[in-house]
Amino acid sequence: MFGAQSDPLDFIDYIRDNPDTFWGYFYEHVELVGYAVLIAILIAVPLAILISRVAFLEKPMTWIANIGQAIPSLAVLALAIPWLGIGFKPSLFALTILAVLPIFLNTFVGITSADPAVVDAAKGMGSSDVQLLRMVQMPLAMPFMFAGIQTAVVQSIGLATLAAYIGGGGFGNWILQGLAVLNFPILLAGAVPVAVMAMTAELVLGGVRRMVVPKGLTV
Amino acid sequence: MQYILDNPDRVWQLTLDHMILVGLAILIASAVGIPLGILISRVSWLALPVLNISGILYTVPSLAFFAILIPYTGLGKTTATTALAVYSLLAIVRNTAAGMDEVPRPTIDAARGMGMTGLQRLRFVELPLALPFILAGIRISTVAAIGIAVIAAVVGAGGLGRLVFDGMRTLDSNVIIAGAFMSILLALLADFGLSRLALLLRPDMRASVERG
Amino acid sequence: MRDGPVECRRRETSQLITLDHVSKVFHSGGKDIRAVDDVSFEVNDGELAVLIGPSGSGKTTTMRMINRLEDISEGTIAIDGRDITSMNLVELRRNVGYVIQQGGLFPHFTVADNVSVVPRLLGWPKRKRRERAEELLELVGLDPDLFADRYPRQLSGGQQQRVGVARALAAEPDIILMDEPFGAVDPITRNQLQRWLRRIQAEVHKTIVFVTHDINEAFLLGDRIVLMNQGAVEQNGEPAELLREPASDFVREFIGDEFALQALEYTFIAELAKPKEERLPKDAFVLPGTMTIPEASRELMDAGEADGDGFWVSGKDGERPGYVTYREFATTLGEGIVSDAEEDDEDLNSMMDGGDDREEARDAVHS
Repeated sequence: MFGAQSDPLDFIDYIRDNPDTFWGYFYEHVELVGYAVLIAILIAVPLAILISRVAFLEKPMTWIANIGQAIPSLAVLALAIPWLGIGFKPSLFALTILAVLPIFLNTFVGITSADPAVVDAAKGMGSSDVQLLRMVQMPLAMPFMFAGIQTAVVQSIGLATLAAYIGGGGFGNWILQGLAVLNFPILLAGAVPVAVMAMTAELVLGGVRRMVVPKGLTV
Repeated sequence: MQYILDNPDRVWQLTLDHMILVGLAILIASAVGIPLGILISRVSWLALPVLNISGILYTVPSLAFFAILIPYTGLGKTTATTALAVYSLLAIVRNTAAGMDEVPRPTIDAARGMGMTGLQRLRFVELPLALPFILAGIRISTVAAIGIAVIAAVVGAGGLGRLVFDGMRTLDSNVIIAGAFMSILLALLADFGLSRLALLLRPDMRASVERG
Repeated sequence: MRDGPVECRRRETSQLITLDHVSKVFHSGGKDIRAVDDVSFEVNDGELAVLIGPSGSGKTTTMRMINRLEDISEGTIAIDGRDITSMNLVELRRNVGYVIQQGGLFPHFTVADNVSVVPRLLGWPKRKRRERAEELLELVGLDPDLFADRYPRQLSGGQQQRVGVARALAAEPDIILMDEPFGAVDPITRNQLQRWLRRIQAEVHKTIVFVTHDINEAFLLGDRIVLMNQGAVEQNGEPAELLREPASDFVREFIGDEFALQALEYTFIAELAKPKEERLPKDAFVLPGTMTIPEASRELMDAGEADGDGFWVSGKDGERPGYVTYREFATTLGEGIVSDAEEDDEDLNSMMDGGDDREEARDAVHS
C-alpha cells in the first residue's frame, strides 16, 4: 500500500526543490535548540553547584531524576499553549525547561561523585569551598556535565521537531504536513534532516566531551 | 484531574492501549536485546559495533523515527511498537552486557570446576547474577518508552497521547494534564514494580548482613 | 567415574593421580611460554599433596590441568589409571571437588543450596540433597539450623571457606583440588582453618591436591610436598625429606627464607625433645638442646643426609638426651609454634640450659 506509490527517496528532490524553506526550517530549528540549551546551561549548572552543597538533598535528587524521566515531554510542550500561547517563545520556554533537567542532573552527579578521598584530601589541605569547587569538583564533573549537555542538545533537537505543533517552526512542519496528506517525500524531507542533525550533534559533542576530560581520567 | 473522573472509561481505555503498546515493545526489545547482550559480553569484539549501532539509533528523535518508518510500516500501532522496541534496545543490551560482565570470575571458575555445562552456568549462575542489571535496563527502557509513546498518538497509535493532542486542539489544559498525569503514574508504577521484581527474584539481595 | 557408596572402593592402583611429563605452553606474541615444564609426580590415594612455590611457578596451572580447567599441552594426567582426556569432561569435574581462594560461592544461593550444587547437577532428589547438605555442614562445623538457609554474604570469610569445602565434598568426590583456599582470610582464621582441615582429612581421607605459597601451611598440612619453581618440580617428597635432604639450593633457600621463624627464634629444640627408651647410638646425630629451632633447621639442611626418622637432642652435659622426629620438627615449623607438650613430660624442663626455670624444673622433677 505505501511503498509503491512514490519512492521515499524522492524527499531529496523535494528538499532540492525547496531550498529556502529547507534553510528556513534549519535556522529555526537550530535557533530554538541553541537558545534553549544555552539558557538551560546558565540555569542548570549554578543550580547543580548550589544544591550539591546541601548534603541532605542528594537522595531527593534521585527521586527527581526518576520523575523527570517519567514526564512526557510532549505534555510539557502542550501545556505551553494554554498558558503561553503558540509560537517561538512558548516553544523556547518549554524546551528550556526540559533541557535543564539532564544538564542539572548530570552536573549534579558529576560534582557529587567526585572521589570522596580526593575531596577529603583537598579539604584537609585547607582549600576553601570555592577552591575545592574550582580545583577538584568542577574539573572532575566536566565529563558528566558535557554528557548532560550532549543529552540536552539531542533531546532538544527532537523536541524542537514537536514544537512545530505549537508554532515553533523547524522541520517538524514538514513532518506534520507529510502526515496530514500522507505525502512521503515531504514527510521524510522533515524527518531525515532531523535525524541527521541529531546524530551529528551526538557525535560532535561526544568528541568535544572526550577532549574536555581532564588528563588522567577516562570516562 | 477532573477530566479523569469525568471520563473514566475513555481514560482507562487509552491507558490500556498505552500499556499494551509499551509492553509489547519492551517484550520484543528484551527478546532481542537480552540474548544480544549476552552475546556481546562473550564475544568482546562485537560489543563496540553493536553498542554503537544501537546508540546511533537511539539518537534519532522519536517523531522523526516514527516518520521514517511510516512509508514501510504505515500509520498505527506497528510503527509505534517498532520504534519503541528499537529505542529500548540500547538500554537493555547495554545493561545485560554490563550485568554479564559483572559476574565475578572466581564464581564462574567455581561453576566450571564443578562440572556445569555452559547452559547450566548461564541458567544457574550468570543470568541470576546479572539479573539486577538486566532488570534495571528493562526498567529504564520502560519508563522512557512510556514517555515516548505519548508521541505515538501522532502516528495514529492511540494511547495517552490522544489526550494530550485533544487538549492541544481544544486548548483544554485539563485534558493535557490528565494525559500527562496518567503517563507519569504509569511510569512510576512500572519503575516501582520492576525494582520490586528484582528483589523478588533475588531474595539474597534483601538479606541483611548480620555476621554469624 | 564412580558412583558407588563410599565404603566399597577398589582402586586399580594406589597412585590415584599421576602426572607424566606434563607441560603447559602458552603462545604469546610469537614466543612460547612454558608455564608448566615437564612436570611428573604422583599422588597416592588418601594423601594430601601440597603444590608450593613462588608466584609464577606454575603450581596453580598444574592443579587446574587435573580437572582440565586448563588444557594439557604435553604429557598425560591419569586418575586411577585412566587418562583424563579420555573421560567425559563434565563427569570428570563433577567427580573432582574444587575449592578456590575467594570461595566462588554463589551469592544468590543459600548456604545449603550452595553445598548441594553438584548433587543437584547429578539429579539427586531434593530430600537427599538437603540431608547431605546438613550432614556436611555439621562436618565442617557449621550448625545447619543456623546456617543452612543463610546467604553467603551473611557469613564471615572463614565460614564461607568452610562452606566452600563442604560444597566440594558434597558429591563424594575421590579427589579434591584446593587453590590457596585459606589465602583470603586473616592469619588467625587461616590457622584455625588449617587445623580444621587436618582434622577433617583425618576423618574423610580424601585425596587432596593443595596449592599454596605459604611454606608453613605446606609443612602443616602436607603428606607430600611438591616444590615448584618456574614451571618445573624442584623437589617432591615428604616434608621431612625436604628438610633433611633438600635437592637443590633453591629448595634450601625457599624453605629457609620463607619460614616465618620469628616465634621460633626463641624456642630451644630441647622443648621439642621427647625421651626415648634407647641407648644413644655411637655415631648418632646430636644437636645441643640449647639450639633454637631456626638454628637447628639450618644445621639440619647443611648437614645433608641424616639417618633415621629423627635426631637426638642433648642436655647440658650430654645427659638425658631426648629425641625429636623429623615429622614433629616439620610440623612445628609448619605451625610456627610449639604444640602443647605432653603434660606429664616434666623431663623436658631439665634439659634447658640457663634461665630461672631450671630451678623450678629440677624441683618439679624431684618432688
